[in-house]
Amino acid sequence: MADAAPVRVVLAKLGLDGHDRGLKVVARMLRDGGMEVVYLGLRQTTASIIDAVEQEDADVVGISMLNAGHLTLGPLMVDALADAGLDVPVVIGGIVPDEDRPTLAAAGVAGVLGPGSPAAEVVACVQAAAARRGL
Amino acid sequence: MADRTVSELVAAARGGELRATARLLTFVERGGDLAEQVAEATHDHVGNAHVVGLTGPPGSGKSTLTAAWAIRLAEEGRRPAVLAVDPSSPLTGGAILGDRVRMTAAAAAGVFIRSMATRGHAGGLALAVPGMVRVLDVAGFDPVIVETVGVGQVEVDVTAATDTAVVVVTPGMGDAVQANKAGLLEVADLFAVNKSDRPDAADVRRDLELMLDLSKLTGHGRPDAVVRPTIVSTVATTGRGVAELADAVDTHLEALRDAGLLEARREVRRRAEVRSHLEHLVLAASAAAVEAAFGAAASGAETADESPGATARRLAERLLTDPGS
Repeated sequence: MADAAPVRVVLAKLGLDGHDRGLKVVARMLRDGGMEVVYLGLRQTTASIIDAVEQEDADVVGISMLNAGHLTLGPLMVDALADAGLDVPVVIGGIVPDEDRPTLAAAGVAGVLGPGSPAAEVVACVQAAAARRGL
Repeated sequence: MADRTVSELVAAARGGELRATARLLTFVERGGDLAEQVAEATHDHVGNAHVVGLTGPPGSGKSTLTAAWAIRLAEEGRRPAVLAVDPSSPLTGGAILGDRVRMTAAAAAGVFIRSMATRGHAGGLALAVPGMVRVLDVAGFDPVIVETVGVGQVEVDVTAATDTAVVVVTPGMGDAVQANKAGLLEVADLFAVNKSDRPDAADVRRDLELMLDLSKLTGHGRPDAVVRPTIVSTVATTGRGVAELADAVDTHLEALRDAGLLEARREVRRRAEVRSHLEHLVLAASAAAVEAAFGAAASGAETADESPGATARRLAERLLTDPGS
């Protein structure tokens, strides 16, 4: 029974970035991929995301950034989770130049999804990240 | 942490560790062996938390109101927890759990919030919610607020199976006839007329008062009601009426306790939980037999000239007289 439980994903916009259209699309893709999406919405902080991950016992964190802050905020999120002792992978969605991907991967970001990613890719990416979590 | 046993997690949850509480909630929600272990480890230390159900139509402001109320409770030094239930997609099993969007400030104020999907099967919700409430109770949260969308019978049942059932209504819901329809409004111990800064809020209040007058006239209402339900006018977005709501909820608990009905209500709840488990077990045990009987006879010309009910009766008769077939 336990292995049939849906993947639980916390989705948030981290920091000052008011564009949540993309995140809403991703939420819907994940829902239709059979996952449970805990949607936090705009202007979240690493602390508010960590609270949610902890209380919701989430499997994956998805943060969306369209403000070019990914190189700062992505590693910040990964480190904040690690500091809190939470072994939960981070997936970043948004506008991330290809040359930044290795940097993010090296910082521990589990996946990056750019604009126009098809639903199947979005679901597979989150699914793969969830599988990395030691359950 | 994956290695900790259920009893270690329960001890940690009682010591205030949120992560242990969250993991226990996951176990109960998933059902199965671990859920049984959690039930075994928690069933005898219950009854400290005031369990409050809060329900209402989609968009009535339940989450915003719950957040404002829970922040107030936290400021008073209490430890509220919110179990926020949203529907799963019947097609994919997925869900968007959006209650936290309206509860950012409550989370920041230290309120424990857990989002939960109905996970398709109605019976599952009735099984999981009492178990999850018990975990939150054992972890020392009080009150435990269960927020559901008041659209289905199960949600109504879940709300009714609390110490205090709050129903949120808003202007624009319909007239006095709607207020007298059976269902949601009947289970309320108190009403919050939210968005009551809207011009027709007084009409909603009047319609509810009229409905309650008629309940008194016909002698119909919750058999375990202690007082006529209070109606509180609220504006969740500004905080107006939230103090009155908080007081009314506390007052209801006192009234139940004074009347000696709190234990009776909890006993009804416990029995209902036993029933839910029994139904679940019987259904699970008979599922394969039903499937076999159905698969053997439900298709083809055999059933074409009888009504669906007649086919089912014939199959049921065969199944019940000869369970081995």
